[in-house]
Amino acid sequence: MISQQLIISGVGGQGILFITRLLAETAIAKGVPVLTSETHGMAQRGGIVISHLKVGAFSSPLVRPGHADGLIALKPGNVQIHRSFLRPDGWIAANAGGSLSPGEHEEAATIDADTIAMQLGNPQAVNLIVLGRALAMGRLFCTPDEVDRAVRQRLQGKPPLLEEALAALAAGTGAVR
Amino acid sequence: MARGLVENGCVVAASYPGTPASEILSAIDTWRKAERVNMHVEWAVNEKVSFEIAFAASQTGLRAVTAMKQVGLNVASDPLMSAAYLGTVGGFVVISADDPGPHSSQTEQDSRLMAMQAKIPVLDPSSPAEARDLVGLAFQMSEEFEVPVMLRPTTRVCHACQDIVVRPVQDLQRRADFRKDPKRWAATPTFRYALHVKLNQTLSRIAAYAPSAPRCLNPAHGNRRAVVASGVSAAHALEVMSASGLWDSFAFYQVVQPYPLHSAFVEEIRAAYDEVLVLEETAGVIEMQLRDHRRVRGKLSGFVPEAGELLPEEIERILNRFAGRPAPELPEAVPAVGRRPTLCPGCPHRASFYAIKKAAPQGIYPSDIGCYTLGVNLGGVDTVLCMGAAIGQAAGFYQAYRIAGQPRDIVATIGDSTFFHAGIPPLIDAVVQGARFVLVILDNSTTAMTGNQPTPSQGTPSGKAVDIASVVAGCGVEFCRSADPLDLPAFTVLVKDALAFSREQGVAVVIAKSPCLVDKSARHAKRPQASVDAACTGCRLCTGQFECPALVYDEASGKVMVDTMICSGCGVCLDVCPVKAIRQGGVQP
Repeated sequence: MISQQLIISGVGGQGILFITRLLAETAIAKGVPVLTSETHGMAQRGGIVISHLKVGAFSSPLVRPGHADGLIALKPGNVQIHRSFLRPDGWIAANAGGSLSPGEHEEAATIDADTIAMQLGNPQAVNLIVLGRALAMGRLFCTPDEVDRAVRQRLQGKPPLLEEALAALAAGTGAVR
Repeated sequence: MARGLVENGCVVAASYPGTPASEILSAIDTWRKAERVNMHVEWAVNEKVSFEIAFAASQTGLRAVTAMKQVGLNVASDPLMSAAYLGTVGGFVVISADDPGPHSSQTEQDSRLMAMQAKIPVLDPSSPAEARDLVGLAFQMSEEFEVPVMLRPTTRVCHACQDIVVRPVQDLQRRADFRKDPKRWAATPTFRYALHVKLNQTLSRIAAYAPSAPRCLNPAHGNRRAVVASGVSAAHALEVMSASGLWDSFAFYQVVQPYPLHSAFVEEIRAAYDEVLVLEETAGVIEMQLRDHRRVRGKLSGFVPEAGELLPEEIERILNRFAGRPAPELPEAVPAVGRRPTLCPGCPHRASFYAIKKAAPQGIYPSDIGCYTLGVNLGGVDTVLCMGAAIGQAAGFYQAYRIAGQPRDIVATIGDSTFFHAGIPPLIDAVVQGARFVLVILDNSTTAMTGNQPTPSQGTPSGKAVDIASVVAGCGVEFCRSADPLDLPAFTVLVKDALAFSREQGVAVVIAKSPCLVDKSARHAKRPQASVDAACTGCRLCTGQFECPALVYDEASGKVMVDTMICSGCGVCLDVCPVKAIRQGGVQP
C-alpha cells in the first residue's frame, strides 16, 4: 500500500486547507486511507498555518519530526520553520523567487508562485501553483492527472473557479493549456 | 461526529461556535439538507441555552445533541450538573471538545473532569472514524441508562479528516411526547437526594457495561507491563509502538470510556501488571481511578507532563523511557520567527482600536474573546478573561478606582456575538450600579473567529432579528451611537464624545458597525488599494502602531510599501499616516 507523510505549510489565508483537502480526496479516489490534521481558529489569522497529511496505514493524524516524506511550503520562510519534519532524504517544493539549498540527501524545487499568480490575475492561486510544482517532481503519492480530477470533482458546478484552479495547477506543473 | 449523529436518528442539534467544536453544527446541517431529514438545527445564543434546547428535546423522547468547546461547557455547567440527576428519555449526547496545547483557548481544562463532577459517562474518541462510531454508542447508552452521555473529542480529532464509509440515516419515527412527572422534572431537594442515589447506582452499572469496556489491542503480548491510553494519545501510541519495535514490549489497552472506568478493568490491571503507564489528555482522569501510585505512571506521578499537548514525539520519548530505552534523537526544530497571528488587512477592528487609543491614550482597555483579542498586538487590549468579562471587568475597574477617588478612562471592547452570548447581564449590572465607562461593541455582524457563524442580529429563516441598539437601550444605557470605524476621524470623535458622557453620567455605548472582511455573505465596497508616495519618512507609525500586515517597511529604500497581494483597500491608513504619504489608488514609486 502507498505510504506517504506530508507537511503543507504557509500562513493563514493562503488556502492550505483547500489543497490539503484536495490531496485527501485524491487519496480517497485512489482507494487509500488518509488522515489529515489542520489548523483552525486563532492561529489561522495571518499566523503560520500547517497541515499534516498521511496517506496509507496510519493511526495518528500528526507527522513526527524527521518522518515527513515531503514538505510543501507556500511561503519561502516556512521552509526553515518546518524543515525539521523532513526525513533526511525528503523533498521540498517551495514558493520562492530564488533557489533553495537542499540538504545532502534532500531534493528541493522552487517556483515563484507569487509572480505567476499575479500574471494569472489570481493572487489566491499560490496554493495550487506550488502544489503543481510539487506534482511535477514526481514524488507525490499521486499524479497531476489524479489531482486534476479531484479539482474537477471539488469545483463541479462552479465553472469560473474551476477554470482558474485548473490554470493555476497547470502553471505549477508546467503543463501547457 | 455530525454524520454519526444524523445516521443515529438525532433530530435536534444546538451549539455555540468555539474552536475546535465549531464545524460540528454546520456539518450536521449539511447532512440534514443532503439527507432531507426533518430536524431542528440551531446556533444558540450561548452554550447554556444550547444545552437546554437539546435537553428539552430529550425530555420529549427525541434524540438530541449539544456541541461546544470545553470552556463553553463551563457556561453550560449549570444545566449539565442538574440534568445528570434528572436523566434523559431520548438519547442525549453532550459533545465537549477539548483543546490541549492550547491552540485556540484560554485553558487546557479536561472536560472528562466535568463529566466526573456531573457523574455522567464520557467517551473519548481517538480518531474521526471512531468519534462517528461512539456517537451511536453514546445514544444507545443514554437511552439504556437514562443519563446524558458526554463525547469528548480533542483538537486532533475535531480538526483531523479521515475517510469513512457513510451508513444509512435511520428514521426512528419518533414524535415529541413529554410525559409530565414533576417529582422528576421539577424535583425538589428531597427528590434530588433520591435521584442522586439512583445516579450512583446507574454509574456502577455503566462501569460494567461491555460495549464501552477497555480493549486490549495486543492480547498475545505476555508482559507484566501495560500501557493504557485514551483519545488521540492512544492513536499516537499505537503508531509509535508499531513503528519503533515496542509492540510486543507491553500490553496495550485503549480506554474509550475514561469515566466511569470499568471496575473489572481496574481489578485486571492491578492483578496482572507490575508497572502501568497511562497516556491521556489533559488531566490524569484514568490514572486517578486506577488508584495505585506505586505501580501507575502518568500525569499525577510526574512521569507524563501535566500541561501541554501530548504530541506523538513526546509520546515516543515517554514510551522509550518506560521501556528503559534511549529515545531516538529528533531533528532540531527552528523556533518559529514568522508572523504572529494578527487582524486581517482591512479589518474594521484595527481602526476601532486605533481610534480608542487616540481618544483615551491613558485608558484601561478590558476586552473579550474573539478575533479582536488580537488587538493586544495594537496595545488596545489590556485584559481577556472569558466570554462577556470585558463589561463586568470595566465596571469592576470603575468601582475600584472610584473608591480610591481616582477616576480613569475605561474603554471596553466586545464583539457582537460575544455581547449577545454573555454581555447583557453585566451591562445591566453596570447601569444599575452606576458604573462609568465606554463600551465599544465591535459589530461585524458575524462570529468571525470561528468561521463566520450567524449572530442574533441577522435573525434566522424562522425567527426575527434582534437589534443590538435596542438591547443596549433596554438595559438602560442612555448614550448609544453607531458608526463605521473605517471612517477613522469621525469614529475617533465619536469615541471622545462617548468618553465625555461616561466621565459625567454613566455607561456610554458605541456600536462600531462594519462587516468582517472574510465574511463572504457580507457586502463589501470595492475601493482602490493604497499606495505610498515619496513623502514617506519611514517613521513606521503605520507598521508599528497600526500594524496592518499589508504595510511593509522596506529596509533598502527606508520607506513603507503596500503589499498589493493582501491590501483590501479599506483606506484607513490614509488617516493614520502623519505626513499624508499614503493615497488611495496611484502607483507605488
